[in-house]
Amino acid sequence: MAFDKVELKDIEVWDGNFAASQALRQCQIDVVAAYPITPSTPIVEGYGNMKANNQIEGEFVMVESEHAAMSGCIGAAAAGGRVATATSSQGYALMVETLYQASGMRLPIVLNVVNRALAAPLNVNGDHSDMYLGRDSGWIQLDAYCPQDAYDLNFIAFKVAEDHDIRLPAMVHQDGFMTSHTAQGVHTLDDDTAYGFVGDFQPMNDMLDFEHPVTHGVQTEEDWHFEHKARQHNDLMTKVLPKIQTAFDDFEKISGRKYNLVEKYDMDDADVAVVCMGTSVETAREVAGEMRAKGIKAGVVGIRVVRPFPFFEIAEALKEVKAIAALDRSSPNGAPGMLFNEIAGALFNTDTKALLSGYVYGLGGRDLTKKHLVDLYTELQANVDAGKVTTQLQQFIGVRGPKLSFL
Amino acid sequence: MLEIRWHSRAGQGAVTGAKGLADVISTTGKHVQAFAFYGSAKRGAAMTAYNRVNDEVIMNHEKYMEPDYVFVIDPALVYTTDVTINAKENTIFIITTHMTKEDLIASQPKLEGKTVYTVDCIKIAQETIGRAIPNTPMLGAFMKISEMYDIEFFKESMKRILAKLPQKIVDANMLAIQRAYDEVK
Repeated sequence: MAFDKVELKDIEVWDGNFAASQALRQCQIDVVAAYPITPSTPIVEGYGNMKANNQIEGEFVMVESEHAAMSGCIGAAAAGGRVATATSSQGYALMVETLYQASGMRLPIVLNVVNRALAAPLNVNGDHSDMYLGRDSGWIQLDAYCPQDAYDLNFIAFKVAEDHDIRLPAMVHQDGFMTSHTAQGVHTLDDDTAYGFVGDFQPMNDMLDFEHPVTHGVQTEEDWHFEHKARQHNDLMTKVLPKIQTAFDDFEKISGRKYNLVEKYDMDDADVAVVCMGTSVETAREVAGEMRAKGIKAGVVGIRVVRPFPFFEIAEALKEVKAIAALDRSSPNGAPGMLFNEIAGALFNTDTKALLSGYVYGLGGRDLTKKHLVDLYTELQANVDAGKVTTQLQQFIGVRGPKLSFL
Repeated sequence: MLEIRWHSRAGQGAVTGAKGLADVISTTGKHVQAFAFYGSAKRGAAMTAYNRVNDEVIMNHEKYMEPDYVFVIDPALVYTTDVTINAKENTIFIITTHMTKEDLIASQPKLEGKTVYTVDCIKIAQETIGRAIPNTPMLGAFMKISEMYDIEFFKESMKRILAKLPQKIVDANMLAIQRAYDEVK
C-alpha cells in the first residue's frame, strides 16, 4: 500500500506531542495500539490524523485500555514488526504489568511517556512520578528537555531498541504540558533522512517466521527465571549505553545536533551544580548563566538517559564540584529522592568531597521559577562557603505552608 | 525577550492564536515559545496562554511571566480574573470590550494608569467569521499597536497557517484581522 511523504519546513513550530507524532510517522511503524490519556493524547491523535490522510502505511489499533494498548504492542512486536505507542500517568500505571512483559520478552517497543503526576489527588499536570514508577521495569528510558529533544530521541529510541544486540523496549520521556503542549521551533529531518537513520525493521525471533518457530511469553520457575533476569540486566548494564552513544554520534552526523548520556552545561569550572531532568534542565541552564554574572560558578548536569543509569558518566561529570543539588520531581514517599540516591551511589567510592543535598520540587506541575533556582544556587554556594551542608539533606522547593525538610 | 500573556476562555482560541503567532514569528528567524495553563479546563473556563519571543534559543520554561503585552479576548475576564497580575510599569494591555477606554477603566480601577488599548474582537468576529472566536482579530490589533510586521505580510502568513480551514473561513479571518487592525484604539 502506498502512502504520501510529507514536505516539512526546516524549522516547524511544534509542541512536544506533535514533534513525537511526526517522528513516529517518519519511522514508518507497523503497528500503533493506543488508548488516549492527558497529556499524551495528541501524540496518537496526531498520528491517527496522519493515518487518515494516507501519510502512514501501518496499522492503528484502537483498544479499550492502556493495559490492552501495551498488550497489543507486545503481540505485534512478537509477531515481528516496528511498534510504538504513547501514554501518561494513570495509563502508564495501568500498563506497568505489561511493561515488565515487554522487556522480559525482549521486544523493542517504543513508548512515548508524557510525564504527569499520579493520583490521588487527581492531577493532569507534569511531574516525573510516572517516569519513576517504571524505572525498574527493564526498559531503556530517555529524557527530553524540549520539543526538539522529543522529536530527536524517538529516532534514537528505535535505533537502539531494535538493535539485535539490544532487543529491549525504550521510553522517550517529555514533561507533560511544559514540553508536550509548548510549541517551539523544531529543526526537522526530511522523511528519507529520518527513515534512513532508523532503517528497515529487522525482525528477530518473530512469530510470523513459520520456517523458524519460536515461543514467546514462557513460564520459568526457579530453574531458569533468575538467568533470564540476570541476562537482561547484564545487557542493560553493559551493552545499552555504548549503543546509545553510537546512535547519538550517528545522529549528530545527519542532524548537527549532539546528545550525550549525561549533559553538562557550564561544568568545566563549576563550584556548584544542579542535577535534574526535563524542562528544568533548560531553565537551570539559563539561571546558571545569570549566577555566573553574579560571581557564583554555577553549572547544570542533565540526565539524558535515566535507565540504564549512567553511573560512571555522572561521577565523572560531578567529580570536581564542591556542592551538588539533586532535584527530584516525584515524591519519594519515605526515602531520599531517586537522583539523590543514584548520585550518592555514583560518588560514594570516589575521592570527591562534594556536598550533596536533595530537593523535591514541581509536583503536580507546580512551577519551578528562575527565582527558585537563584535561591538554590545561592544556598549551594553557602554550603561551599561553610564547608558543610547548612540545611537538612532533603528539602522541598515551592510548596506552601510551613517549611518542610528532612534527614 | 518579548513576553505576552493571553486571557481567554477555553474554546475561544487563545492557544491557537498563541501558536499561530509563534508560527508567523518563527518564519522571520526569531525563536518562539507558545504554551498555556489548562488545568482540567472545561469549555468556557477562564484560562491563560503565553508567548515568548527572543533572538536567542528560549530555555526558560517557568510559567511565571511579567508580560510586555496582555491580551484579553473575553470582555468579562477583566472583572472575574486579575488581568494586571505580574504586570510591569510599561506592560501594554489590549482588551476586548464594547465600552470606551474611559468607561472600561472606570469599571475596573486596576487598569488605572496602565497603557490600555481597546477593540471589540467579539463583535468583529461575530460580524466577519460568524462566531465569537476573537483570537485572530486580537492579533490584527497587536500588529497595529506593536508595529511588529506589516499587516499584509501578517495576513499572508496567517493564510498559510489557516490553510486547512475552508476558504470562506480563511477570508473571513483576514477581514477580522484587518478590521481589528483598523479599529483598535
